[in-house]
Amino acid sequence: MSAPEATAGGRRNDRLRRRKIVNRLMEGLAWLAAAIAVAILGIVVFSVARKGASELNLNLLTKPPVPFAPPDVAQGLGNAFIGTLIIVGIATVIALPVGILIAIYVSEFAGPWVKNAVTLTLDVLNGIPAIVIGIFVFGLIVVGRGQSGFAGGFALSILMLPLVARSTMEVLALVPNSLREASLGLGVPRWRTTLSIVLPQTIGGVVTGATLAVARVAGETAPLLFTSSIVGNQINWNPHHALQTVPVAIFELSESPSPDDHARAWAAAFVLMMFILFASLGARWLATRSRRKLMAR
Amino acid sequence: MSTLDATTESTRRLSGRRVHLGDLILQLVAGAATLAALVLVFLIVWKVIDGARPAIEQFGVGFVTHVGWDPVKQVFGAGSFLFGTAVTSLVALLLAAPLSLGIALFLTELAPGAIRGPVTALVETLAAIPSVVIGLWGILVLGPVLSDHVEPFLHDTLGFIPLFGTPGSGSSMFTAIIVLTIMILPIVSSISRELFLGVPSELKEAALGLGTTRWEMVRGVMFPYARGGIAAALILGLGRALGEAIAVTQVIGAFVGIQWNLFSPGDTLASRIAAEYQGATSNLEVASLIYLGLILLVFSLLVNLLAQWIVRTVARRQGLAS
Repeated sequence: MSAPEATAGGRRNDRLRRRKIVNRLMEGLAWLAAAIAVAILGIVVFSVARKGASELNLNLLTKPPVPFAPPDVAQGLGNAFIGTLIIVGIATVIALPVGILIAIYVSEFAGPWVKNAVTLTLDVLNGIPAIVIGIFVFGLIVVGRGQSGFAGGFALSILMLPLVARSTMEVLALVPNSLREASLGLGVPRWRTTLSIVLPQTIGGVVTGATLAVARVAGETAPLLFTSSIVGNQINWNPHHALQTVPVAIFELSESPSPDDHARAWAAAFVLMMFILFASLGARWLATRSRRKLMAR
Repeated sequence: MSTLDATTESTRRLSGRRVHLGDLILQLVAGAATLAALVLVFLIVWKVIDGARPAIEQFGVGFVTHVGWDPVKQVFGAGSFLFGTAVTSLVALLLAAPLSLGIALFLTELAPGAIRGPVTALVETLAAIPSVVIGLWGILVLGPVLSDHVEPFLHDTLGFIPLFGTPGSGSSMFTAIIVLTIMILPIVSSISRELFLGVPSELKEAALGLGTTRWEMVRGVMFPYARGGIAAALILGLGRALGEAIAVTQVIGAFVGIQWNLFSPGDTLASRIAAEYQGATSNLEVASLIYLGLILLVFSLLVNLLAQWIVRTVARRQGLAS
């Protein structure tokens, strides 16, 4: 009588133990997965920092590259840093107002059907590979007119547009309707309500979205290969000409067999990565702050 | 008295049916920007088709499957790049899927409060590293490590599988796979994390209250609940892998043809375009590269629309259920 009970209890205990072991195993694997992700980030950042920091000096940012330079000649990637500054600036000037206008239209004027269609379009636009955007701008502007900083900036603005528009839409949705109603109820016309009551509430979110978008496109290489990559070594401020950029410079230097070129690629990668990491961490901090402020209402 | 009358009069006019001029202007300008974004997508498709036209007329649909890329004979085909794209993206997805789900589970269920925030931020930071930097690291650091240590090990232990053939120089499809895995990891894990956060705690608590272990609760409640979203996340990750050009170009080595050995060089649609555009010698070669871009565009549109469709279907179903 007691024997079968004991085996049944034993079997139940065995099964419980097995379930617990499986549970432990799976929890361990999840820990491991997170550890791997953090380790990858650590290894990448560490290698770039270690190899890049030693090469880091002011010449890198200000001096142009000198082909076949003897080792004592100071050279850098000044042309690339200035080019990136100009091209990303052009992209921001195009994408920021257009993106905000799209967000305003969708959240303040459009009906649900249009809203759906535009959201879908922005998601699809966001999913088009950067290199295809490069091909598009190549066919639209570069064929016939040649490469230029403007073409590069336009290509990057297409990549920024969905990011800016989506993030602005998200913060506009957080603005309480009571604010709009109060303004409209006071007889303020809709356009003034939107531009001077609703939009200022979203400024933190818009800046966050714009910063994240800048951080994303500052490191883009593929669209610039087609639009602004065939360049000389001199420093150039004129966006009517093709401008060298930091990502394209890193790409070209990484394909070179010379260790000196690799060293400059690491240093440029270090500067680019630091800029992007600080920009995205700063944006994230700003986002939590401004969201908390909006939610507090 | 009369001024008061005037104010009420003007207020009535303003708040009446009459459309305000400023409203009209803002609506028109904002509407034009929105229309421009819609038109842009169609313009992109049209321009890419237009640029590929010489190659489409020359090679027709056969281009898509033709294996070979010969600038001297002016015969081009996408076959070997399709193969390379499929192998690298699918294997990368296969590696990234369990890792990402593990990370997402860790962040939602297991992580102690103090490290949850930092680890979430770190994983998302991984997504912010530019592909050209990951490519630089891939070719100069990861490639040599893989070819000196990992590839010989895999060849010795699993060499009977043709995928793990003779180790090569480090510029290989295998290096590209690892690089792509790193790039899709943050996308899939951050979407999955949000999905897991959306699982109602009543369901989770009910399962735990019935005596399930945490893993059984995850498998029986969270996975089924988030199934559609996870599929969409994986598809979006796949889209990212398909379209990545620069990092893959840097590490994959460039090879035309079909080799099953992952440790040999290869090429993907995107990497071939990035590698060869500047050196293209003839108009037909440029058009053929753009044809590759067209194939890529079609893939990315299909992948994105599929993912969005899944997301919307799931959202609607959950909206009805709750």
